[in-house]
Formats: sequence, structure tokens, C-alpha cells
Amino acid sequence: MATVAALRKVTKRFPGIVALDGVSLEFHAGEIHVLLGENGAGKSTLVGLLAGMQQPEEGEILIGGKPERIDSPRRSMDLGIGAVFQQILLVPSLTVIENLMLGGSWLRPLARAAALRRFTELSALLGVSLDPDARVSGMSLGEQQQVEIMRALWRGEKLLLLDEPTSMLTPQGVADLGRMMRRLREQGVALILITHKLLEAYEFGDRISVLRLGRVAGEIDPERLRTLSEAERTEAVIRMMFGEPAGEGEPAVEGEAPREGHAPREGHEKEVAILLGRKLHDAHAGNRSAPAILSVRDLSTTPDFTETALHEVSFDLWAGEVLGIAGVDGNGQKHLAEALAGQRPLRQGRITVAGTDVTQGRVPERRQCGIRYVTDDRLGEGTVGTLSVAINFLLKEIGAPPYWRHGIVDWDLIHRDAREKILRNDVRTPSEFTPIGKLSGGNIQKVLLARELDAEANVAILNKPTYGLDLQNQRLALDRIGAAAARGVAVIVISTDLDELLEISDRIGVMFQGRLAGIVDNDDAAPDKVRRLMTGAAA
Amino acid sequence: MNALLTEPFLVSLLFGAVTAGLPLLLAGLGEQISEKAGVLNIGLEGMMLCGAYTGFLATYHTGSFWLGFLAGGAGGMAVALIVLLLCIRRGLNQIVIGIALTVGSQGLTSLLHFVQFSRTYPRLPAAPVLALPLLNQIPILGKGLFSHNALVYLSLMLVAALTWMFRSTYLGLSLEAAGNKPAALDAAGVDVIRTRSLAVLATGFLAGVGGAYMANVGAGLFVPFMTGGAGVIGIVLAMLARGRPLWVLIGAALFGASLAMTTALQVAGINVPTDVVQMLPFAVVMLVLVIFARHSMLPPALGMPYVRGER
Amino acid sequence: MTAREPGEGAAMTAGEGGAGATATVLRVLVPVVLALIAGGLILLVLGKDPLDYYGFVLQRSLLRWGGAQETLTRMAPLLLIAAGLIVAFRAGIWNLGGDGQFLLAAVASAALAPVLSEVLPRGPVLILCMMAGALVGVLWSLIPALLKARYGINEIITTLMMSFLGTSLANVLIKLVLYDPNTTVPQTRSLAVEDRLPRLFGTSIHCGLLLAVLAVILVHLMMTRTAFGLKLQVLGANRAAAIHAGFRVERLTVVAFAISAGLIGLAGAVEVLGVWGSVRADWNPALGLLVVPLVFLARLNGYAVIGFTLFFSALMVGGETAARRVGVPQHYVLVLVALLLLFLALVEYLDQSRRKRMAMKA
Repeated sequence: MATVAALRKVTKRFPGIVALDGVSLEFHAGEIHVLLGENGAGKSTLVGLLAGMQQPEEGEILIGGKPERIDSPRRSMDLGIGAVFQQILLVPSLTVIENLMLGGSWLRPLARAAALRRFTELSALLGVSLDPDARVSGMSLGEQQQVEIMRALWRGEKLLLLDEPTSMLTPQGVADLGRMMRRLREQGVALILITHKLLEAYEFGDRISVLRLGRVAGEIDPERLRTLSEAERTEAVIRMMFGEPAGEGEPAVEGEAPREGHAPREGHEKEVAILLGRKLHDAHAGNRSAPAILSVRDLSTTPDFTETALHEVSFDLWAGEVLGIAGVDGNGQKHLAEALAGQRPLRQGRITVAGTDVTQGRVPERRQCGIRYVTDDRLGEGTVGTLSVAINFLLKEIGAPPYWRHGIVDWDLIHRDAREKILRNDVRTPSEFTPIGKLSGGNIQKVLLARELDAEANVAILNKPTYGLDLQNQRLALDRIGAAAARGVAVIVISTDLDELLEISDRIGVMFQGRLAGIVDNDDAAPDKVRRLMTGAAA
Repeated sequence: MNALLTEPFLVSLLFGAVTAGLPLLLAGLGEQISEKAGVLNIGLEGMMLCGAYTGFLATYHTGSFWLGFLAGGAGGMAVALIVLLLCIRRGLNQIVIGIALTVGSQGLTSLLHFVQFSRTYPRLPAAPVLALPLLNQIPILGKGLFSHNALVYLSLMLVAALTWMFRSTYLGLSLEAAGNKPAALDAAGVDVIRTRSLAVLATGFLAGVGGAYMANVGAGLFVPFMTGGAGVIGIVLAMLARGRPLWVLIGAALFGASLAMTTALQVAGINVPTDVVQMLPFAVVMLVLVIFARHSMLPPALGMPYVRGER
Repeated sequence: MTAREPGEGAAMTAGEGGAGATATVLRVLVPVVLALIAGGLILLVLGKDPLDYYGFVLQRSLLRWGGAQETLTRMAPLLLIAAGLIVAFRAGIWNLGGDGQFLLAAVASAALAPVLSEVLPRGPVLILCMMAGALVGVLWSLIPALLKARYGINEIITTLMMSFLGTSLANVLIKLVLYDPNTTVPQTRSLAVEDRLPRLFGTSIHCGLLLAVLAVILVHLMMTRTAFGLKLQVLGANRAAAIHAGFRVERLTVVAFAISAGLIGLAGAVEVLGVWGSVRADWNPALGLLVVPLVFLARLNGYAVIGFTLFFSALMVGGETAARRVGVPQHYVLVLVALLLLFLALVEYLDQSRRKRMAMKA
């Protein structure tokens, strides 16, 4: 099988970290090569190199056998490489065909006819049907992703890179994507699929390479993949990802042997569980002896441009309970979180906390009743990047005693307490004065969790608390959430990661088109019920 | 009231509106190109002023008005070049640099004028007029609208050309992407920096030509600070026009008319204080804003420098 | 200054900072020196002697007692405007309507003062007129403030429009309504010299300067020591975070706008009550926009603003007569200010990329 692209001993450094270290990989035509690894392993950097966003410090990239310098996205496309990134990179105000035509030479008039021909061609290839003159802003995420794939293949289909493409898709969407990938494979396209989900890797991959801390920890070629059983595959992958003997069974690992002097990672069973979607959670129903601490009735919000509005959402929540909110992104979850937190006014409905009606209140009143909100937009909304860690700890308490007396600040007290909080929560920062924007995502999240899950919290709403974090920080966040629930806090966790919800929730609700499609107990039948609710069908 | 419908008044008004409105039109169109691409050009006033000065100098020394316009465009582009180097390529704050450039242009052109001409204000001969055959025979409209310097007609054609360009060329798409979602443009393989640089230079050119027209045709001389807020009006026109060149034309016409109103009224024998009339266009703009308050009109990436894949 | 919002930029430099005082002083001095050199080069090219010019300016404005007094007197309105701009910019509000706010306030106090003087003693008259000036400034900023707070309408346009409107309206008022029938040039009735702001300790500097310095210091303290100031900073740095944290963002916007415009209005009143005593038609010192670069040069820091304002004021005073004596027109000062700003931006950019490169090596 022809080698379409290859990396040879590629190294890429950023300030303070080595993202890729001497990586060598090969990508063949007509093969789906899966790159597996947790956040921070270097996968996205690799995509960046092939897509022309960055250049390696050492090593070389070969396309069709020849060393090439991919110094711009244009060069990458000229070489027949197409990349689909995690965020949708389409211009919302332009139509589908205009987005696809983007990139033509300025000196030529718009070649609309030719573009339409190519559009039809690729539509057939991918098996999709879209309206070329539809404005992108009005399309669903799944459709936008289809346009993205088309754009990636526009100039030529040699190599297609997909960076975590399934995080925003419905189960149906994932299946469609899989179909598309197989079609492309039949056509001889080389595909690279980046993911951190083991099941996807098995489902779609012909070849699996595991990246760990910037190095290739191991590879399983197609032969091996076919012959190994699922358990053996999993073992092999675990070993590569975490670097220790996996237990019984023959070592079936190709590639590097585990490093010397590398202590086995403690507690990785939970990471494995997350990877495999195995449920570890013993559901308990929260403290049902007392009345519900949070009562939501007929919540509706006004639609705006950004997100789907809520439509008559009702549920109850008990102290100590974890309610997971599942659903494809953009089905009203953001509105739900903001409405509960007090950031978004209600068009209709009632919210009651511990018996008090808080519907009229906004954020300060809700906070007083013990409602806390950890936003998914950590830097855009949850913190002020240019202000210090110390101030960010107190962002929602500005003006309150004991840090402020009659409006005057006590900086000493603030910084002393900040130092203590930093230690207690294991926040890695040069000092409490450091602008929080300089911290890594995981540490910012630690600050947010510490800030919101404080002693006076009654009800905590967390939106995508583990998004973008490496496994260790994901674990930490989930632990803190569990601890809060154990303390008696009523917790709502909104997430697009069903496996994660299955692990920590007592009950799971599903948002679909702004409505709460249903709430199910987190028992063995939950995964199926939830998946069905996510598609809009009844449980 | 009858005095208002007389020929002298209407001709004066129309003629004055075009003369006063043309610099605003060019500045507004230029700013529109920048804003589409996501660049907020606060330095527009500076570009116009530099253009006015270089344009005046060129015509003063060569006698050619066309050279004057070109030189004006070059002067505006020189200022735009600084915006390009500092803001587009290096990502410095566009508003601060814009203010610096305006203030600096005001100072520099005044300084240069003083050094060259001391306190005299040499006048240029009257600008050549291209009276459109047949059209200029129409009563009132003929003398008011169709007996102007050729630049006026060119500018009208520019409005049409830009409208077409924005929607039907690759360049137009690139500009829209640069202002709306530069990451998408980058991923499509187009150099965002280059796109914005081109936009800014075009703005500088058009603003400079507008300034040159103001000096050479409108006034016939150069006076320090002579643009008197025209650049600001240009920015406002572009912001209100929401990406449509035709709206810039309409806005420029209205502004021009109100600026020309005082003289026209005097011609008609009615004496309304200049200041009152001058307030009109701004009051109208504020009124429009208050009434149509709900619409948001600026591209999302406006004013933000683009850095590819920054960690 | 790579920030998008004025508040962000200031906060950023406050938070990062290289090592302490030396670095900060250098970061300020280097652009000043570079600008003076570059400006000097321009003068050379134009056939003037820069040392002559700088020397003359220095002598005229600071080294002679008369000049020094004038320099300090000039600082009063500048400092008040600067205080107002600091509040606005920190809150992320581009209040570019200073000219209109200033002028209308000046006209208001100029019109009110002579009338009140006939019935009240000097003290209350001055206080009332200053309050009137501040109030007029606040009122003139109300429309842009509400449009921004409630509908998110860009205040750059609205404040600039209101500024044009304001200056025209001021002229209309003077020429048509408030004019003194006894003068040839239209102007408001003059306030007698003995009724104006009292002088300090036998100098010719009026006490408005003290008020101005006090204002700047108070604003600085407010921004750094109070909860309200911190909230404004948060608002200016990240509006979404301000909403998320539960601030009453609309109210904060209007209040910040009001404080800003009120201080600028006070500047107008002080200038009239302390120096001119009346307002002539078509008078517009256009200080509102001129102070903007100064505030940026000072990175929105109150104490630095005083320093830069002194520098600028000296330039203005010295530069005025330099036109006759040294042949360099006053407008050259504008060139210097622009150069200062450009060099400041450059120096800061170089500083940041140097730090980035050092971090890469680490």
C-alpha cells in the first residue's frame, strides 16, 4: 500500500513544553490510521504540522516520499492534505458554496459553475446532500462538519485528517461519519483519525498508533488488530498509554518497550473505565427524605442567535444527588445553565431553592441561595485572564466582607487567603499574582471548582467540567464533584460525554431541542435509553 | 418658502452636496473595505489629511489635478502603511495607533505647511469640470449634479464596482471571511494578514484621494486641520452602512447636503446660522441610532489582530 | 499594546510587569527619549535646530517662574479630563466625546456664574457652577451611555457624534442666547476677575489645579482600592465575565460613563471659572481627544498621568511662543505626542516578544 505521508523523527517545541519528541509515523492510502492519546499527548500538534499551521524544529515530513516543508495551510492543501479541526472553521455569514470557494485567486472571477461541479462530485463521494446556497449560520453542527470535510477534500483527496470529529455529533451523526470514512477509504484516500475514545478507535481504525507525552508509545498494525481479541487489544493499548504491564495475558505490544524507571501509574483503572465507557458508579438517589432542594417548573427562555432556547423544562433535584444532563451540544444546555445561574432572564417558569422562590432574582440573589455555576467557557466567561489568580478566586464576591470593608479592599487578606487556597487545591501557578490566563486549562479549572464548590454551595451547576482537560485533571474534577455531592450539594453536570455522565450521575436527563426529553435513573438500561432520547425518540 | 424652490437655491444645494459629500463618500467606502476585513481604522482622518496635503502639493507644483489625486492617494497610503506594519502585522492596538496617526498627521501636515508656506495660503486654479453632454442640459439637475470634476463620476462607478466586488469575487469573499472568522480564511489557505493589509492600503488610498479632492477641488487650497472631522464621519457612515456601498453613498449625500445647506440658504437669501445647520446631520444620525437601536452592525472580528494558532 | 480593550491593556501590564521599578521607569523613559530624538530629526530635516527648540521650550515653560505658573495652570483641565478618561477606559468604554462634554459644561458655567454672582458670595457661586458643569457633562453623555448599556451600540460613534453636536450646540447657545450684548465678538457675559477661582498662595495659579490633582489621585485610589474600581476593571477586561459574576453591567456602564463625563464637564467649568471668565464663540481647545494619548502613555495609571500631563503642558506652553521665536509652529507638539505614542507601542511590543522568546528558551 502506498505511503502517502510520513513523519520522520519530528520534534516540535512550544514555550515550556515539548509537544512532539522524535515522532515517526506512516500513513498509507486506503487505510484509516487512528491516533490515540489523551489530551496533551501531542495529537493536535501533529495535525497542526501536517496542516501547515506550524513547522517542526527537527525531523522531516515526507509527502509521497519526498521531504516537504509545509509552511502554510495553502501549501498543505496544495499537497493534497485536508484537515478537519475540532472547531468548525466556516464563515457563518457566507453560504456553503461561498465557503468552499474561499481561497481562490483574487485576480480571477468567481468560478461558480466549476465549484458546483466539484460540490456535486464530492457530495456523491461522501454520500451527503446539502444545499449549496444555504447560509452556514443556519445549519446544524453535523451538516457544518460535512461541509468542513468537503472543504478539506476540495483540492484533492490524498490525505484527510479528522481531529476529534465525533465530540459534537449525535450517535446517528457518528454512524454517518463512519460511513463516509469507509467510502473514502475505498477510494484510496489515506485517513488519519484523532481521538481519545478507545471504542471509536476499534470501530473505525485499521491501524492504531498511541501517542503519549509527545512520543509514539506503540502501534498496532492492521494484521494484529484483526487477530487480537477485544481484551487483548485493550490491554495492549492500556500498556502503551500508561506504560506498565497490564496484568494477565500475553503482552501484545509492538513498538517501544515501556520505559525504564517508570513507576506504574496509580489508579489508572478509572481512566481506563472512562476510555472504555465502563460504569463504575453505584447510583444512589440522593437524600429523598427531605423535599427537593431545587425545583424547576416550565422554564422557558427567549431564543437568541447563539443557542437553542428552553421550552417548558421541569425537574426536581435533591440534596446530595448528581443529575447528569446529556444531549448533543446546542440543544439548550447553555440556556439551562444560564437560566438556573441567574444570568439569563426567564420568559416563563419558576425556580425554587429550599422552598424560596428565586425566579425574579439574578446572579447575586441566586448565589445567596447557594446556587453555583461553573461555566464551560473558562477564559471567556469564568475568569478574567489578565487579572491575578487571587482576584479570580473572589470574582463573584467583589465588595463582600471580610475582603472588602465599606467598599475598601484588604489586599493582604486577599493574597494570604489566595496562597492558602492555591495550596489546598493544588493549583500550579508561579504565584497568587500571576494573571490567571497564563495557567493551564487544568489549573484554571481547579480555581473555578474551588471558587464555586465552596462551603455555602447548595446547588452546583457544572457545564462540561472536564472538557479539554488531560485525564488526571478530568479525574480530579470528577472527584471534586463527587465529594461535593457526598457533602450534600445537589449537583447538575452538563456534558456531551455520555460515558462520563454514566460514571458519576444518579439520574440522567437528556436535552433535545430545548426540551427536557426525559430523565432516567442511572441503571444498566440507562445507556440505551439515553441514546434514544438524544435522537428525539421516546425512552 | 418659495425661496427654497428657486433654481439658485437648488443648484447651490445640489452642487454643494456633491462637492462636500464626495470626500465623505470616498472615505466611507475606504473605511467600509477595512471594516469588512475586520480592521477598525480610527486613523481615517489622518489619512485624509495627509492625502489633502500631498495632493495639494502635487497640483500646486505640477498644475495637474489628476496627479494631485494620485499623490493624495499615495499620501493616504503612507499613513495606512504604518497601520499595516504596526497593527496588522504586529498586532498593536488599532484604536490607539489610529488616534496617534490622526494626531500625528494633523501635526505633521501643519508643520510642513508652515515650513513651506509660512502663513500664506496659496490658491489653486479652479479644477477642471467634466460637464456630461446632454445630461448637463437638464434644468437644475444639470448644473447641480452633472457639471463636476470627473472624479465624481468615477466615484459613483466605484460604488457599483465595490458592490459587485464584495459579493461576486474571491477578493470579496476573502474580505468577508477576514472580518467574520479569520481562522476560517486561514484554514482555506488565504493569508489573512495579506488580505487585511490590502484592505487597509485601499482605505488609505481612497481616503487620501478624498482628502485631495477636498483640498484641490472643494477649497482650492490647503489649510491645516482642514478635514475637520470628515474622517470621523467616514467611519460612522461605514459603520451604519452595514457592508453595503450604496448606503455609504446615500449617507454621504445626506451629510453633504446638510453641509452645503448653509451656503445654499444664503444664496436663497435666508440666513440660518451655520452652527444650527451643521448640527442637522449629526442629530439625524443619533436619531437613527436611537430608533433602530436593536441591530448590531459590526463584523465580529473587528479590531482584533489575527494570530495563527497561538498557544 | 496588544489589548483590544483599553482596560485590558492596562491590566495586562499591571499584572505581568518585568522586574520592579527600574524596568517600569525604563519602559516609560525609552519611548520618551526616542520620540524626542525622532522629533528632533524631523526638525533637522526641516531646517530647524532641535536643541534650540527644546531648550527654548524648557526655558519658557518650566525654568521661568511666569512660564512655570502657566504650565501648571494649563494642567488643571488636562488632569481632570485625564481622570475622566481613566475611569472610562478602565471600564472598557471609549469615551471620545470629551470635546462636546467639555465645551457645553464651560458654556453652562460661564452663563450661570455672572448671574449667580449678583446674589451669592463667591464661594457658593463657584461651587454651584462647577457642579453645574459636571452635571451638564453627565447629561450630555447619557444618550451614548444608555445606548451602549442597553443595546450594545458602539460608543465610539455615539460619543463622537455627540461631540460634534455639542460643539455646534455650544456655539449656537453663545451666538443666539447667552451672548453679552456689549461685546463685538459673541461671547458669554464675563465673570469679573475677583469672582473667579481663588489663586494659590499669591501665584497666578488658580485652585482648580489642586482640585484636578486631587481628582486624579482619588480616581487612582478608587480604581486600585475599592470594590467599585475593581468591578470597573473586570467590566473593561472581560464583559462576559462581569455578567457571569453577577455585576449589574448596565448600571456600571452608565455610572462609569457618568463619572467620566462629569469629570470632563468639571474640567470645562474649572477652565472657565479659573482662567477665562467667559466663553467666546467658536472657541474649542479640543482637549478631549488630545488627552487620550497621554492617558495611554501613562497606562491608565494616575501618578504617571500627572507626570505626562506636566510634560505635555510644558510642551504646549513653550511651543506656543516657539512659533515666533524659533520658527516651529505649535502643531509640532502634536507630532511629538504621536511619536511618543507610536514609540511606546513599539517598545511594549518589543518587550513582550523578548519575554516570549526568553520563555521559549526556558
